[in-house]
Amino acid sequence: MTFKDNDKKKYKFKYEVEHKIPNIWEQCRNCKKIIYYRTLADNYKVCPYCGYHFRITAKERIAMILDPNSFEKFDDQIFQVNYIEFEGYLEKIEMLQEKLDTTEAVITGEGRINGESVIICIMQSQFMMGSMGAVVGEKITLAVECANLKKLPLLIFTASGGARMQEGVISLMQMAKISGALNQFSQNNQLYISVITDPTTGGVTASFAMQGDIILSEPNALVGFAGKRVIKQTLNKDLPKEFQTSEVLLEHGFIDKIVHRKELKIVLSKILSMHGSVKYE
Amino acid sequence: MNENNEFSAWNKVKLARLLERPKADEYIYNILDDFIEFHGDRCFGDDKSIIAGIGVLNDIKVTVIGQLKGKTLEENIVRNFGMTKPEGFRKALRLMKQAEKFNRPIICFVDTPGAFCDIDAEKRGQGEAIARNLIEIMGIKVPIVSVVIGEGGSGGALALSIADKIFMLENSIYSVISPEGFASILWKDIKRIKEAAEVMKITANDLYGFNIIDTVVKEPLGGAQNSKKNIFKEVKNLLVSAFDELCIIDKEQLLKSRYEKYRIVGK
Repeated sequence: MTFKDNDKKKYKFKYEVEHKIPNIWEQCRNCKKIIYYRTLADNYKVCPYCGYHFRITAKERIAMILDPNSFEKFDDQIFQVNYIEFEGYLEKIEMLQEKLDTTEAVITGEGRINGESVIICIMQSQFMMGSMGAVVGEKITLAVECANLKKLPLLIFTASGGARMQEGVISLMQMAKISGALNQFSQNNQLYISVITDPTTGGVTASFAMQGDIILSEPNALVGFAGKRVIKQTLNKDLPKEFQTSEVLLEHGFIDKIVHRKELKIVLSKILSMHGSVKYE
Repeated sequence: MNENNEFSAWNKVKLARLLERPKADEYIYNILDDFIEFHGDRCFGDDKSIIAGIGVLNDIKVTVIGQLKGKTLEENIVRNFGMTKPEGFRKALRLMKQAEKFNRPIICFVDTPGAFCDIDAEKRGQGEAIARNLIEIMGIKVPIVSVVIGEGGSGGALALSIADKIFMLENSIYSVISPEGFASILWKDIKRIKEAAEVMKITANDLYGFNIIDTVVKEPLGGAQNSKKNIFKEVKNLLVSAFDELCIIDKEQLLKSRYEKYRIVGK
């Protein structure tokens, strides 16, 4: 009897399902090295070999940035609407909510950074590529309005593929809505810091990611307006390897500072304290 | 066409992109009594996909900004098919700020497949340029009216449609992505464009239903190209009455209502 290729595949699949290995090893997307999960967690989810910043969830971000137990999540029971009646959309949302144990592509709330209160929004790329639909737009707008009302600094961590196509033009309009709220916030001389994380593209780059008074970014994050594939189609030629990283944007003057994840809390805390009571009023 | 003499969404896409369809420059020269074109963003260059300047509409002095695709292949190339570059958005914003300084109301004509996507546009901050327009135009203290005359393509269109009133021609479209992009990304099947156009809800009537636009401008039978004179007259009348209405509102209230207009979308 010969062992056919097909059988091999079947066998391999069966083995993987039956002996599902818990995720104690993670592979770096950049240098491909295998890292023990605790080493990774202790290192702020940054690869100890090459410095690659792993994409993290809002929960992980809260633990790294905010003072312990200081985070209070805003109400996130906002009603999902299938605006263009896109087939299977609401089912997909429900499935993701269950699988990822989170409500949407952004978590908003109030917390403290070394004692200083802030309003914070954290996008998570794990949820439909962090895409922005009406719920994301509404949650961020409400957070901006809250920061405006409470006269607190605003912090947004961006990670998004852009506007959520499944909601049609409604998602596009969220860019305008958030921009409007941020305009009012800025008119009141309030501080907005945007922290760009990997990946930030499309409608999010073309709105609040680039509207911060101060724009920080994690190293080597993908930041851009158009996707690589779209540009390739437009130009019909091969693209340079790196032209949409935070380093390139820093070089061209669109980002204030690139900050390693390890130093992010300290840098944010310093910026916040330098915006406290000012001498010239 | 269906029983109400209305085109299907896909036919509207084709009409919105039609070469013969009246373009921004035709509206400007036929609606305004006088017009002087201005150039440049004072930073990098002059984007020819945007025609902009000052003019007179009846007795109102206005600033006009329009996206221009061109009518022949040569013109298309010069105008970059109406795909605006960062310097184009910055030119638009510069002239809007100027309008604010001299208390001139602003008219925008929207007609673009989208913001230009190439490496240079990325390097010069395409995202930043659009983002800045969105946040700054929200605070421009003069009345703004946007007229979507053809294609309202995504962020490139949005950067010129932060306004107090938005009109859309009956056969124009407005979308988050082109039907081609929608079909190929969500369905991985470019052949389903027609279906995508129907599903996406991108027609003037759809946007009116979403409360995003204020008025659907009726077009002559078969499309605006069939009776340009009538469509210019219609748009002119709408603009004049819009400014009559908007110019008596005090500045604070104007900005408040402008924000409210977008605030309710997807609330």
